[in-house]
Amino acid sequence: MTSNHRIHDFVSALAAAGALEPETLDEVAVPEAYVTVKSLSVEHWAEAARLAKAHGLRWAGCWADEVSTGYRLYVLLAANGQYVLLVAAWKEDDMPVPSQSTSYPAASRMERHMHDLLGIPWQGTTDTRRWTRHRAWEADQYPLRSNFPLQTDKTGHTPVDNHYPFEPIQGDGIYEIPVGPVHAGIIEPGHFRFQAAGEPILRLEERLGYVHKGIEKLAVGRDADSLVRLAGRVSGDSTVAYAWAAAMAIEQASGMAVSPRIQLIRGLLAERERVANHLGDIGAICNDVGFAFAHMQCQALREGWLRRNAEWTGHRLLMDVIKPGGIHCELSEDMRARLLDDHEQLRKEIRPLFDILDDHPSLEDRLLTTGYLSAATANELGVTGYVGKASGQNTDVRHDSPYGPYQNLQFSTATLEAGDVAARLAIRQMEIFSSLKLMQDMLEKLAQLPEEQMLEQDFPTPHVTGSLAIVDGWRGEILVFLRFDQQGKVVRFFPRDPSWFTWPALERIVLGNIVPDFPVCNKSVNASYSGHDL
Amino acid sequence: MLRILSRIHHHGVLTEDLQTEDEQQIEQLGQQIQAAIERKFSGSLAIRQVDAGSCNACELEIHAVNGPHYDIERFGVHFVASPRHADVLLVTGPVSRHMETALRRTWRAMANPRYVIASGDCACTGGEFGCSYASCGAVDNVIPVDVSIPGCPPTPKQLMLGILALMYKGERA
Repeated sequence: MTSNHRIHDFVSALAAAGALEPETLDEVAVPEAYVTVKSLSVEHWAEAARLAKAHGLRWAGCWADEVSTGYRLYVLLAANGQYVLLVAAWKEDDMPVPSQSTSYPAASRMERHMHDLLGIPWQGTTDTRRWTRHRAWEADQYPLRSNFPLQTDKTGHTPVDNHYPFEPIQGDGIYEIPVGPVHAGIIEPGHFRFQAAGEPILRLEERLGYVHKGIEKLAVGRDADSLVRLAGRVSGDSTVAYAWAAAMAIEQASGMAVSPRIQLIRGLLAERERVANHLGDIGAICNDVGFAFAHMQCQALREGWLRRNAEWTGHRLLMDVIKPGGIHCELSEDMRARLLDDHEQLRKEIRPLFDILDDHPSLEDRLLTTGYLSAATANELGVTGYVGKASGQNTDVRHDSPYGPYQNLQFSTATLEAGDVAARLAIRQMEIFSSLKLMQDMLEKLAQLPEEQMLEQDFPTPHVTGSLAIVDGWRGEILVFLRFDQQGKVVRFFPRDPSWFTWPALERIVLGNIVPDFPVCNKSVNASYSGHDL
Repeated sequence: MLRILSRIHHHGVLTEDLQTEDEQQIEQLGQQIQAAIERKFSGSLAIRQVDAGSCNACELEIHAVNGPHYDIERFGVHFVASPRHADVLLVTGPVSRHMETALRRTWRAMANPRYVIASGDCACTGGEFGCSYASCGAVDNVIPVDVSIPGCPPTPKQLMLGILALMYKGERA
């Protein structure tokens, strides 16, 4: 059954079950070659998930939106690069929404997020505990509703999030290790509750939400430029990917075409971000098992890479380089030549380095079979990016649903079946080579296209209220959903980080591993706290 | 082993390369920090970093300070795992309300004399996120700050300058 058929059969099955609404609820601009939009009646919300599961679709995220007549619920389902976006209408006096988490376990936290922020009640859910909400607002308050102010008049200290009901575990000799939110390294905050017997981990429960800073609410009322600026700070290590996705959603809603040259430069920026992050992670994974040599080598390479970023764009991490409708910096012929040299240089540097990583006995001893994620679990959770690819999930938006410059570039994506830390390390290495190849091709194409004047132009007001963009960040598939009012101001921004799926994967990955191996397992996944907590 | 040694030999010591103007500045800056640390902290300054709500870009650049090009540890500055071992708390991000108590407790766990550096635009002013139902804004709104390092995120060099500024401030006090 090909992917197109899977989506098609699923939609037919929904129609046969009487789940589809004949009328289109709202217009949503989407990449039309890959995404179908259908209106679903809300009472069939869980049924749709059951059917999707039966058709082998990947669950790619859900979110909600307050509109004048109530609420809209969205869920995105995927099969090999084809997507279907289901939209349903819900009102406060309706029945609670039937949960999709019984079919797709990864839906649970996103549904809890929707409850905590917008007050969408769920029925038949596997977990009714709060998720994003700690104690900064009350249980009966919903910050994303329009009647909730961005600035609250709340004074005094925010109490600590105690009495969160962690799942208990009982048995002889079983003990708990609470870790965080402040960790022992230079890393984002979150809480991990380990339950262990002796050294092996029996269970890990994550408690996130510590870096929730109201990004979805802050977006409300922004114009295109400032929205893209905010999007570039959803997760700092993915600033290019988010800014690009947000810009793409805005351009799509405005019917604005971006020139091939700008697309290529955006692609170049995104690949540079991927390489920089992979270099950092490869070193850090090795460092977590005491192999400092690789860490220093990778940090040195990364530093050279970031300095070139600064020289070219003025920013080491490429923040605020992408803007709606374009980019802030051109690529001169001189810089193009320097980038080509850099790529050659990096290839020369990483080949002997990766050779060492590939057959170094002490690394093998620590990384092989450590932190195993089975293909079945990765599939069940809908994990994308390097975590998915290391466990046999061949999902890459650049390849499967190509956008911008990737439509005209040839490249293959690698997957491995081993699913351990070593495989996640190897996938990162392969992705660096594949990015170098892509950047080579992009630079060759750029040589054919004349430099463009970056004109400051008024941005056209979006003529479609909703817009969904899908890109491949270095961590995996990123979604950005936007809705605009009639003046073109943002009323809803939902960026969905791939970490929503890799965080639950980490809970499975550590099982049976010893507690001291948690850092390397965690680093091999490197999920974003900020991108998840919003 | 030979291959590893050969790679190390191939790169040489990046931190001592004073070929470029940039590297020279780093070296001079570091020496000034080192002299101040020598006087005030008997040659060793321990920093505890806390992310109180950042987007994680600030952390990436703090990592770079520990990398071979900057190698801040050669000047006696090192990052420690516990606030109880720290002289300085290096705080990034606007302080999210969910991190407010954790940050305050981390600060309280430090022994006196203790210093706080607010690192990055968000930590200095609230930055892109400001004050809201979810964010307390600047670090100064939660714990007293001695030195602020602006930047989104501050570059490794700006971070080193900020630590130097703290040393000077400490001297005057």
